[in-house]
Amino acid sequence: MRAVSQSRFRWRHAKNRIAMGLSTLAALFGLFWLAWILLTTFINGASAINFKLFTEMTPPPGDEGGLLNAIFGSLVMVGVGIILGTPIGIAAGTFLAERARRSKLGETIRFVNDILLSAPSIVIGLFVYTLIVRQTGHFSGWAGGIALAFILLPVVVRTTDEMLQLVPNSMREAALALGLPQWKLTTQILYRAASAGMVTGVLLAIARISGETAPLLFTALNNQFWTDNPANPMANIPVVIFQYALSPYDSWHSLAWAGALIVTIFVLFISITSRALLARRRHGND
Amino acid sequence: MTNNHLAADLPVSRQQDAAGPTAKHSWKDVAADKAFNWSIAAAAFFVLISLSGAALSMLWGGRLAFETFGWRFFYGTEWDAVGKKFAALVPIYGTLVTSFIAILIAVPVSFGIAFFLTEVAPRWMRGPVASAIELLAGIPSIIYGMWGLFVFVPFMSDHIEPWLDSNLGPLPVIGSLFQGAPMGIGMLTAGIILGIMIIPFISSVMRDVFTLVPVTLKHSAYALGCTTWEVVWDVVLPYTRTAVVGGIMLGLGRALGETMAVTFVLGNAHNLSISLLEPGNSIAAAIANEFTEADSDIYLSSLIALGFLLFIVTFVVLAAAKLLLRRLERQKGA
Repeated sequence: MRAVSQSRFRWRHAKNRIAMGLSTLAALFGLFWLAWILLTTFINGASAINFKLFTEMTPPPGDEGGLLNAIFGSLVMVGVGIILGTPIGIAAGTFLAERARRSKLGETIRFVNDILLSAPSIVIGLFVYTLIVRQTGHFSGWAGGIALAFILLPVVVRTTDEMLQLVPNSMREAALALGLPQWKLTTQILYRAASAGMVTGVLLAIARISGETAPLLFTALNNQFWTDNPANPMANIPVVIFQYALSPYDSWHSLAWAGALIVTIFVLFISITSRALLARRRHGND
Repeated sequence: MTNNHLAADLPVSRQQDAAGPTAKHSWKDVAADKAFNWSIAAAAFFVLISLSGAALSMLWGGRLAFETFGWRFFYGTEWDAVGKKFAALVPIYGTLVTSFIAILIAVPVSFGIAFFLTEVAPRWMRGPVASAIELLAGIPSIIYGMWGLFVFVPFMSDHIEPWLDSNLGPLPVIGSLFQGAPMGIGMLTAGIILGIMIIPFISSVMRDVFTLVPVTLKHSAYALGCTTWEVVWDVVLPYTRTAVVGGIMLGLGRALGETMAVTFVLGNAHNLSISLLEPGNSIAAAIANEFTEADSDIYLSSLIALGFLLFIVTFVVLAAAKLLLRRLERQKGA
């Protein structure tokens, strides 16, 4: 009897140790891929970084060159995305938090927004293609920027909604007791109280759209030459990486790696700092 | 809720009993409030409309393909740009197989990571490790694709796939999954990369819900002499079952729609084969690869129809995930 319970006890502890060991391995497994991917990008990218990247245009097949037009195009399209997406996102988030906090309508919009948040980005690309490229008859930087705005939008809606809900009700009551109209209360008191969280939400969204490739493939397309007119097809770093990486030329490969490094550093820098800010903010409110 | 009523009523009542410049002022406030309320409501409706707009625009764009090929579009295997005959079975199959491999890898690993982060790791280690895992979600998918093509594909073809072919290939039944030339490009490689990509999504949901389990419940189990593993497997996991499934669905939704990483390593070959080492195609990869090359209306329409299909499938999966997770959110609120 005693021997049986002894062995059972041992077996349970052995099982526990195995499980804990495996879970540690799982964590190491995740970190291993992170390290491998980042190291590859940094090593290959660093050897391809040089001054010409920022002064020369994307080269014809097999030639040397830079990424100037792609960097510029990416900045323009991300900028268009931010300018279009942020105001709508903040307004919609305000509606959810201030007007529809517990209503059926609010829940429906939140549900739809969450689906948009994880919807495949290539689907957004197709949507904007049929909406704009087909109607206007040509690819353009505007279409690319609008596609990015659709991807930025749900992120901003969600963080604005969450952050405004965290603002204590006593603030609203105090402002209303002073006779402040709703719009003033929202723009001058609530936005100010929630500003840190809302800004990090926008930053997070920017980090997300800067690396997006799929929605740009058939909206902005690509352009080997310099253009500062978003009505034309525009070069952008993600699509240049895609085309150059799949090409057979070594000089294009190294440009693709350089582009990959620039995008990775940019995206990781923004997402790390905004996550840190957001964590501190959430912590401070608890 | 009450303050909303106040906000609407207050300026109006002031307008009624006040006189002179105050009345003018509050009339302006009422107008401004109305405009403000209308514009934020319009923005919220815009979010609502854009989802259905996306679905409808793709249905409209794909109608030519649906009309021409009918149901055959869903089960046929031909994909012939010259003969203008298109059917979606090969990309559908590729999407399902790669996502299944991804789930097979990501679920146990994510569970392990969540277990590690909530019970095993020392407290100081939890934050940094959790952030590092979440960084995996921050890396743009095109970087996964490039790394996959230049680093992981050669690694698979040199080390992993020859071993699979010679050791698992001769086995009965499952052997046919692992036969073929070890090119590195193919379903297995794409599935593994997808698995890595969705680990952060699943593990962060699991970790979040594991921490929501009432401490008294866990302490009671420990007091009865349970080991850490028994507490997690027999108490924490049953308690959070619904949300864990929701998290897995969320990851599945991501895997189904992931484009760039898969496009690089799947090979873009329209062939249907049992072997996981063979190149294949997926819905998203087919669209990304061929969209700008589509030279006929029916070709373009078939690709948009594929997009519509992808949208519907991910919508169902993500909606299910949302519903499963919502129940937990209610528990959190209660």
